[in-house]
Amino acid sequence: MQMRVPVAEPRSPETYDLPDATGHFGPYGGTFVGETLQAALQELREAYDACRKDVAFQDELAYELEHYVGRPSPVYHAKRLSDDLGGAQIYLKREDLNHTGAHKVNNTMGQALVARRMGKPRVIAETGAGQHGVATATVAARYGMECVVYMGTEDVARQAQNVYRMKLLGATVIPVSSGSRTLKDALNEAMRDWVTNVANTFYIIGTVAGPHPYPMMVRDFNSVVGKECLVQMPALAGRQPDYVLACVGGGSNAMGIFYPYIPHAGVKLVGVEAGGLGIATGKHAATLSAGTPGVLHGNRTYLMQDADGQILETHSISAGLDYPGVGPEHAWLKDCGRASYVSVTDDEALAAFHALCRTEGIIPALESSHAVAHAMKMAPALGRDRILLVNLSGRGDKDMHTVAKASGIVF
Amino acid sequence: MSRIAATFERLRAGRRAALVPFVTAGDPTPAHTIAMLRALVANGADVVELGVPFSDPMADGPTIQRASERALRAGTGLAMILDAVKQYRREDDRTPIVLMGYANPVEHMGIASFASRAKDSGVDGVLIVDYPPEESGAWVQALAGAGIDPIFLLAPTSSEARIDLVSRMAKGYIYYVSLKGVTGSAHIDTADVERMLARIRARTAVPVGVGFGIRDPQTARAIARFADAVVIGSRIVEEIERAEPDQAAARAGALLAEFRAGIDAAVGDRAAA
Repeated sequence: MQMRVPVAEPRSPETYDLPDATGHFGPYGGTFVGETLQAALQELREAYDACRKDVAFQDELAYELEHYVGRPSPVYHAKRLSDDLGGAQIYLKREDLNHTGAHKVNNTMGQALVARRMGKPRVIAETGAGQHGVATATVAARYGMECVVYMGTEDVARQAQNVYRMKLLGATVIPVSSGSRTLKDALNEAMRDWVTNVANTFYIIGTVAGPHPYPMMVRDFNSVVGKECLVQMPALAGRQPDYVLACVGGGSNAMGIFYPYIPHAGVKLVGVEAGGLGIATGKHAATLSAGTPGVLHGNRTYLMQDADGQILETHSISAGLDYPGVGPEHAWLKDCGRASYVSVTDDEALAAFHALCRTEGIIPALESSHAVAHAMKMAPALGRDRILLVNLSGRGDKDMHTVAKASGIVF
Repeated sequence: MSRIAATFERLRAGRRAALVPFVTAGDPTPAHTIAMLRALVANGADVVELGVPFSDPMADGPTIQRASERALRAGTGLAMILDAVKQYRREDDRTPIVLMGYANPVEHMGIASFASRAKDSGVDGVLIVDYPPEESGAWVQALAGAGIDPIFLLAPTSSEARIDLVSRMAKGYIYYVSLKGVTGSAHIDTADVERMLARIRARTAVPVGVGFGIRDPQTARAIARFADAVVIGSRIVEEIERAEPDQAAARAGALLAEFRAGIDAAVGDRAAA
């Protein structure tokens, strides 16, 4: 029987065994969806539980991660950047080197294998920047599954290259013109598709949100990132890091690297949210820093909402962080104090983007640039023997237009 | 006895099914809500479901989503809706009013505060689409304290175990969603619905209403032969969408009258059956 972490002992990592049997992380998480989806979620929970315990499933996933995704991804000591800053040593977990260019494929590969076990020939997904859509279309092509990706019309216009990439991979991209025409509306539409076509369709959610078991399942599939770090850091740096940093939109790359470190009480976990134009302007996506608890997209978590409980539109230069909710496990880690959450602005993320390009020859995704930016803020105040491990969750090829535009350059 | 229970008892005695229109509160604007309630009741509504608009109505199709967007653009909020119900109660103390919506606006107000304000306004039941029974312990308790009926959904995919779970918590009526899919989807298969209703009735004495996909008086008549209530949602909301704002209540009322005639015709069907 699983146990909830007692609120009075938030730092007792050995008792960390969340979510509980009903998908809750303290007061967060759960299955806040209508009756029409409950049977499908139950079917998924049973299928995923069987996969977790099935050695053949785990072996197949490990094989695909090694030979198709290209794992393990290296950890790299960003020595020039660290020397420039003159303080703590910055190490980068290179998820940008994965097939499709980000951590997203760890999860889509896992869910595609679950879908195959369940005999579902059709997969659907929602996408904002298009990275999760591309990662889903990729594994669908790999396994010959029909693939439909929902994407807000605003994002379709902003991310034309990723739309084309998905089409090349054989996916159908359906533009969503309701609501704010962005990620949250794409998610609403994907849920509607799933309700309607549940008999033959598997919904591959791209982040650690949604109804149980998604936050747990997406975390589990991404936790390969942190598990590798646990082995790689002692080998490369002689010990575990003092801090682990990751950007947080929905929070899948952060949960992936945080989760295996939760029992390591000496390692501080720092989530970096999108501060947009600044928290005070209201134009940001820093849900944990500035939001309040509520219910959206199947789970209870922190949300950006107005005085009537309506969900607010968010802003970030990075489309992948532009989401008004956050994974419920992050909400719990914040409340119990095991992780802390900060924000950096668009401008700070852009500065970090350029710094990493020039000092290390690595072009990071704008999402990941947020985590790099906070590491760059922290490092100078820390001793040279301190270690910061940053999850470099994706590469920045997809962001060329955005960065160029911010610099006043037109191709 | 609650207004909802009294209504179903009265209808049952007359071998009639309840006609339950759904409209989104504040559609087209908050100023039209009272007139809309009057028109629906004048044209045969036995219970009115009043939608609380939400920015992210995941379980609704495009028609009701657009209604939510219109209502929100016009400044509709939960407190305003409770005020409108309170105002309407001064002229109609008989027709049950059920609020239907999503969890977040209610949680943002606070469920205890919501329950007491809803009671004060004369709300009779509340259906929160994304509160399944397993997440509803505190919610049902808060409503019970205010004497308000918690309405729950059942679906074609609901297992016997889930029918039992809902039956234990539901009061007023159970809303059977007759389709896989969202509101406003394709037509329903009445034979399928009849079979499922028999399964549900075998396990509960709570009245069972049917909604989703009932788009014409003929279908309403067919459903009314075996259901306790017939819910008409997207079809009415379409009518409101097509009308000039000041004509919306009259058009919705006229359409509802056609459904009323269809359901009344089912009284004879029931007697013959």
